[in-house]
Amino acid sequence: MKILVCISNVPDTTTKITFTNDNTEFNTSGVQYIVNPYDEIALSRAIELTEGGKGTVTVINVGEAANDPTIRKALAIGADDAVRVNAAPRDAYFVAKQIAEYAKDKDFNVILTGRESIDYNGNQVAAMVGEFLDIPSVSIIKKLTFEGDTATIEREIEGGKEVLTVSGKFVASCAEGVAEPKIPNMRGIMSARTKPLTVVDAVTIEEVSKVTKYETPAPRGTVKLIPADQTEQLINLLHSEAKVI
Amino acid sequence: MSVLVYVEQAEGKFKKSVFEAVSYAKAIADQQSTNLTAISIGDVAESELKELGKYGASKVLNVSADQLKTFVNQAYASVIAAAAEKEGADIVVLSNSFSGKGLAPRIAVKLKAGLADGAVELPSTDGKFTVKKTAFSGKAFAITELTSANKVIALNPNAFGVKESATDAVIENFAADIKQSDLGTVIKDIVRATDKVSLPDAELVVSAGRGLKGPENWGMIEELADLLGAATACSKPVSDADWRPHSEHVGQTGIAISPNLYIAIGISGAIQHLAGVSSSKVIVVINKDPEAPFFKVADYGIVGDAFEVVPKLIEALKAHKG
Repeated sequence: MKILVCISNVPDTTTKITFTNDNTEFNTSGVQYIVNPYDEIALSRAIELTEGGKGTVTVINVGEAANDPTIRKALAIGADDAVRVNAAPRDAYFVAKQIAEYAKDKDFNVILTGRESIDYNGNQVAAMVGEFLDIPSVSIIKKLTFEGDTATIEREIEGGKEVLTVSGKFVASCAEGVAEPKIPNMRGIMSARTKPLTVVDAVTIEEVSKVTKYETPAPRGTVKLIPADQTEQLINLLHSEAKVI
Repeated sequence: MSVLVYVEQAEGKFKKSVFEAVSYAKAIADQQSTNLTAISIGDVAESELKELGKYGASKVLNVSADQLKTFVNQAYASVIAAAAEKEGADIVVLSNSFSGKGLAPRIAVKLKAGLADGAVELPSTDGKFTVKKTAFSGKAFAITELTSANKVIALNPNAFGVKESATDAVIENFAADIKQSDLGTVIKDIVRATDKVSLPDAELVVSAGRGLKGPENWGMIEELADLLGAATACSKPVSDADWRPHSEHVGQTGIAISPNLYIAIGISGAIQHLAGVSSSKVIVVINKDPEAPFFKVADYGIVGDAFEVVPKLIEALKAHKG
């Protein structure tokens, strides 16, 4: 089985998000970058499915050379090789098109992504890659198993889950539950340095969207503290002041 | 030029988030001085389809092909994109639900459209067409310009509200041209807890963290949630320890929610947790540590032991409800 895992280079989850240049650019100063946590889940499942000579895992990232340490981290976790499409990612449409262009003649059985990147929270790339390649896609999956060529997938729906099967090539975006994220060991870290990382050129496509400005949420007022033995006061405030119950 | 809204049905019924998406799409249609058409796929009774008129749909396309009775995102996307082309709709709106998240990107590619998902406000059409959407897991918003001629917008649940706009909806059957290659996924089973409020749609949420000490102590959390008609949620350490299912985990790597009321019990308020809940309209924090960072972003707080405060809160709520 040949699996392609799409990884995104994102600010560490503890990052305080700020913007520069009149709030038109994300302030990257002092920011630590990581493999998007959901992509790590996808990667970990891909490694489990191919372990013991049952297949190979390629990771792909659309980004500039600054992303290479993040890509090496994915190799340290256990991917066999990596590809970087050399371009500043514009939006999900652009990223998905680059991935589809790379994958279209490579015969991957499965393409996995995380359910969303924790920066733009799009959850767009998986389904867009599926559409560009004209193959099925399943978004926000909780479980992925194979029997021969047929995959059984659990997908999250409002208030429950859906179990479905898909045969042949497909794309899926992975959420928690698909696998426990693997942590690179020393041997993985050493071997990551010499695993192949191929850089390919981007294809040009039309622009469909762009971020023009960022905003941060309005700060809340000061908290109104209620004594622990006066819970009825809280109920009254929620009823008559906040009007939410 | 018109606006098309996809109305997702579950067991033949529309949920509040669908009426909200219709209300939002109607407001966009008004901005553009055009009409709103809705498209429904699956078995839905005419009386239920007529309901969409209440929120501003003047036409409802009804697709009831046998192969499309359950959700297949590839085929559904083809049908919705075909309907958009036939209707001359250049803006497609849908709810940013689990299924919507799988559909919107495929529709966008088919229509060569820019996609704004997680929209929280009406578009601004002042020269540029921009949509405000959540970014950085609730830590920020990105104002996204859709520069393409066609546009797709997926609205976050509970971001706009349901708005009535009495219209008489005309129901039309829409004959979908279904390709066999679009039916690659086959649903085997659907499991839905019908007695519980679904978390992404919930207006009220009661959430608890490690302060509860163990899964056996969730009885009072569920009782409080039931009394309020709220959904239950939890913090990451709780779902990681399998005290509660992953589907309840809210925060940066769980799901982001924006209910009217979020009650956090025994959750300290790490930055990753706050990211997923900070767009809640009202936040109540109950924590025994007065220094818990969560108090800094709360509207109301009680410093106290959850095991003492929550039972009292339940009593007070029962008294309030009479």
